[in-house]
Amino acid sequence: MFEIVVTLVKLGVVVGALMGAVSVMTWVERRVSAWIQDRYGPNRVGPFGLFQPIADGVKFIMKEDITPADAHKPLYTLAPALAMIPALCAFAVIPFGPTVEILGRTVDLVIVNLNGGVLFAFAAASLGVYGIVCAGWSSRNKYSLMGGLRSSAQMISYELALTLSVMGVVLVAGTLRPTEIVEQQGGWFWNWNAFRGGWQLLGFLIFVIAGYAETNRAPFDLPEAESELVAGYHTEYSSMKFAMFFMSEYINMVTSASLAVTLFLGGWQIGFPVPLEGWPLWGLQILAFLVKVSFFLFLFVWVRWTLPRFRYDHLMNLGWKALFPLALANVMATALLVALGVVGR
Amino acid sequence: MLLIGFAILAFLAILSAATVVTHRNPVVCALALAFHLVAIAGFYLLLDAQFIALLQVIVYAGAIMVLVLFVVMLLNLPDEMRGRPSGPLQRFLGPVLALLFAAILAQAFLRFPGIFRAKEAGFGTVESVGRELYGRFFYPFEVVSLLLVVAMVGAVLLAKRKV
Repeated sequence: MFEIVVTLVKLGVVVGALMGAVSVMTWVERRVSAWIQDRYGPNRVGPFGLFQPIADGVKFIMKEDITPADAHKPLYTLAPALAMIPALCAFAVIPFGPTVEILGRTVDLVIVNLNGGVLFAFAAASLGVYGIVCAGWSSRNKYSLMGGLRSSAQMISYELALTLSVMGVVLVAGTLRPTEIVEQQGGWFWNWNAFRGGWQLLGFLIFVIAGYAETNRAPFDLPEAESELVAGYHTEYSSMKFAMFFMSEYINMVTSASLAVTLFLGGWQIGFPVPLEGWPLWGLQILAFLVKVSFFLFLFVWVRWTLPRFRYDHLMNLGWKALFPLALANVMATALLVALGVVGR
Repeated sequence: MLLIGFAILAFLAILSAATVVTHRNPVVCALALAFHLVAIAGFYLLLDAQFIALLQVIVYAGAIMVLVLFVVMLLNLPDEMRGRPSGPLQRFLGPVLALLFAAILAQAFLRFPGIFRAKEAGFGTVESVGRELYGRFFYPFEVVSLLLVVAMVGAVLLAKRKV
């Protein structure tokens, strides 16, 4: 009974936090982009325009919900949900805090503590492409179809580099359980996987770059390149259906950032020993996780408004001829070092 | 509890499999097949094989079916026409093969050993599957990987006529 209640509470908190992060991120995205381009950005609704996401939400609900006459209706309606569900699922295995004590019982601050948790996150992420592909195809629009095709090609290509870049960490950690991977990175920040002996810095960089491509963010936002494809796979969508694609993109960003933090930057570990115990320490650790994820989210925005979009062939070349061989070499080198007993447990 | 899960999964799996065969739109068929493969992953979970279930989703639903869908969408096939089976081969061999398949299925049902539960702790985890693959089944595993390399080289050779 206690278990069920705790799991439900954790689910509620995580989904609420994700939705909250999405609405804050839409505001951050516009404010930071404005700041980078020397504009004001939205600053009318509430202090600093902070209530802009609420205004946006109301606007989305009031908009007309259009279905193109020639669209494949069932898939057209299903596609936003297909994009959203995997995005939400992937977060289930990410530990957002340490093991804490509530009412005398220990509780892991992760929704499910899976043995193959890292794989679960990738499994869920790999299903995210269906929403985009369905949207692109069912709209019966050439631009949408091109966006959907590009997206599937891009996601398959970069998934390889993404997964391989993580294998180095898995080899060093000797486990696929995210909570254990985080536990091992305790103490000082040089114990974090990205810095531990410097072995996984390459893997970390590949993971971040491939993560940008997986979330269809600039400079890899080819599936929705405005100058060539209008808006790509969601050209025909309006109202809340469009908002769901938008939200799933942002949730994917949060998940990708959290995965990077969990696997490479110590997850909820603070990075230096703190003379605290009990809830003050646990609170600080949860805060550390939030701060790290926020940094990555800011980086997402920063990169988007700094770098121009890749050309399609450049994108494929980078994925297959640079990131993939590098990730493979990283796995080989790490495996060799682990076998020789230089790194790892 | 297990039986309810099995019933739901079985219903979804059979429904999606039937959709693959009967639906006239190739894209819907491909999506139904992807859904079917996820349902199969659910069966693996019920059998305590969590690692295989995750791989099933990553490899089949997440990679292979996306490629299939990619090709189907690229060809942009029209809906299939519904017609009667033509030719003596389809008309007579088809029912015979279907009956044979039904017989095999019936045999499997009769031999149903009851609900499977893992005896040992750690069954189906990454560690135990890895130990089996690289221990007891090392040589078969390596031979299969060689087979995959051959297939890959073949695919590249077919795609790129002038090497």
